[in-house]
Amino acid sequence: MKHVIVGAGPAGVVAAEHLRKYDPQSDVVLLSGEPEPPYSRMAIPYLLIDQIGEEGTYLRKGQDHFQSNGIEVRTDAWVEKVDPGARQLELRGGERMDYDRLLLATGARPLIPPIPGMDRDGVHTCWTLEDARRIVSRAEPGAHVVLIGAGFIGCIILESLALRKTRLTVVEQQNRMVPRMMDDTAGGLIKRWCESKGVTVHTSTKVEAVDAGNGEHPLSVKLDHGDPVPADLVIVAVGVQSNTEFLDGTGVKLDQGVLVDRHLRSSVDGIYAAGDVAQGLDFSTGEFSVHAVQPTAADHGRIAASNMAGRTQQFRGSVNMNVLDTLGLISSSFGLWMGVDGGDSVELHEPDRFRYLKLQFQDDVLVGASALGLTEHVGVIRGLIQSRVRLGGWKEKLKDDPTRIMEAYLARTQAIGHNASVLS
Amino acid sequence: MLKALKLEPEKCTGCLQCEMACSYENTGAFNPAKSRIKVFTFHEEGRFAPYTCTQCDEAWCMHACPVEAIVVDMATGAKNVLEDVCVGCKVCTIACPFGTVNYEADSGKVIKCDLCGGDPWCAKACPTGAITYVDASETGMERMRSWAQQSPDAAPPRTNPPREKPLNVYLSGQGGM
Repeated sequence: MKHVIVGAGPAGVVAAEHLRKYDPQSDVVLLSGEPEPPYSRMAIPYLLIDQIGEEGTYLRKGQDHFQSNGIEVRTDAWVEKVDPGARQLELRGGERMDYDRLLLATGARPLIPPIPGMDRDGVHTCWTLEDARRIVSRAEPGAHVVLIGAGFIGCIILESLALRKTRLTVVEQQNRMVPRMMDDTAGGLIKRWCESKGVTVHTSTKVEAVDAGNGEHPLSVKLDHGDPVPADLVIVAVGVQSNTEFLDGTGVKLDQGVLVDRHLRSSVDGIYAAGDVAQGLDFSTGEFSVHAVQPTAADHGRIAASNMAGRTQQFRGSVNMNVLDTLGLISSSFGLWMGVDGGDSVELHEPDRFRYLKLQFQDDVLVGASALGLTEHVGVIRGLIQSRVRLGGWKEKLKDDPTRIMEAYLARTQAIGHNASVLS
Repeated sequence: MLKALKLEPEKCTGCLQCEMACSYENTGAFNPAKSRIKVFTFHEEGRFAPYTCTQCDEAWCMHACPVEAIVVDMATGAKNVLEDVCVGCKVCTIACPFGTVNYEADSGKVIKCDLCGGDPWCAKACPTGAITYVDASETGMERMRSWAQQSPDAAPPRTNPPREKPLNVYLSGQGGM
């Protein structure tokens, strides 16, 4: 049995390791479209501030980790075509490769908005190690940097750029920062926090063009209102799109990404998908969506590998969740953080302390939450959501004091001493 | 045989010696805010519950780590954070469904229980036997339930464990006072 995995991010690497474990006799080949060893895009912000070197971004640290585990890693191996009938891939350069089971873990790539000037020198995305190298060379202390987009990825880069002591301006089209993770109140607090740290933030503002600048700064960012912003570097982080083009004509059903069933199978026999490219089951909604977050990628990789190896395992769905650090203000969101019809909620809002916690309930079950300034025991929110613990009288206690999530969990699950089976 | 921390909230008096010992062992200062084990208080019921990582097999934290900064200590089974590798991204803190991996702003890293390398100070410091370090099999759910059913004041056997209160079974002769 030959398992071929396309994409060497977290989903691909986790899948490769589990395939090795579940199906020791098989061949496992991991294809990476980039020249580097498998690395984590999540770690790039820490590379940008020199907290780690490039090796620090590698998903596995032992130099011979993959080789000693019998996983063949092929770098610079770009898949051009898939022929499901012949169970063959065509790589860039024309090489053909057979497979018995194929895992698509091709992730996503940054969207380039249709704005004039995106092709100018000094306009970059921040996605790959190569992007990071270019940004490091330009984002010198004092450099004028304009960041287009204040979503999750934009905000992660924001911190690095600010810590590099650049003069940073952030432009977000929507009315608040991290609009897909935080509500108006929390997004507003993040904006005020960033401004207090010296970052200029324009929300509800569109970039109309990136023009040539004057002599002092090579670029000039034209906004839909207000003065143009001079820039030495423009970073584009307006969203991503799934890498699926090479699947044209294969019959693999696509929507936001590759549609997969509860076994992470695509619509075509022998082809599976995992991670940011996969549109898998959402635990909270029961619908299929692209999460594009690390924990979901790890879940997908593990379960896809199990099914590819013939160990049938049904996926219960991932809770969408995220955690973000904007210049020391830590935010997180879980599940249906925006609430549900017929549900109710409790909110703790202490704007002077930049603290916010909103819990969303359906009946007496926690279904979502968002938090600012909360770092202690925050994971238990996932536990409460994913184990669908009935809160009973603890719902009222949480409405009095939403910070008592850990107590609610302990009181309602008898988790003590044997909590490992709560999610099984 | 791997050993594990066994937590018996019914024996806990809320003295916080475990938090003192843990923080001292791990940071060199008595500072419960930096303890890896926490005692939760239930004032209305007059109860306390010590709680920390149980080194679960699923190891959600470890699988979610993007830089392989959480690894299994083969001697103890503990999932340990490698401080020099951790970048402080906090993904493990949301991935752990038990809430036992915490971010520490001072160091910019996450912290969790590492069983003190196989000699956990919380257990040594606990004066009432609410925290003991025993064979891992002894902390199992089935074992606890069977004990519960033998004890005179235990609830009758049932398919699902009761979910009204923290675990409060009387474990006769199981260490402590």
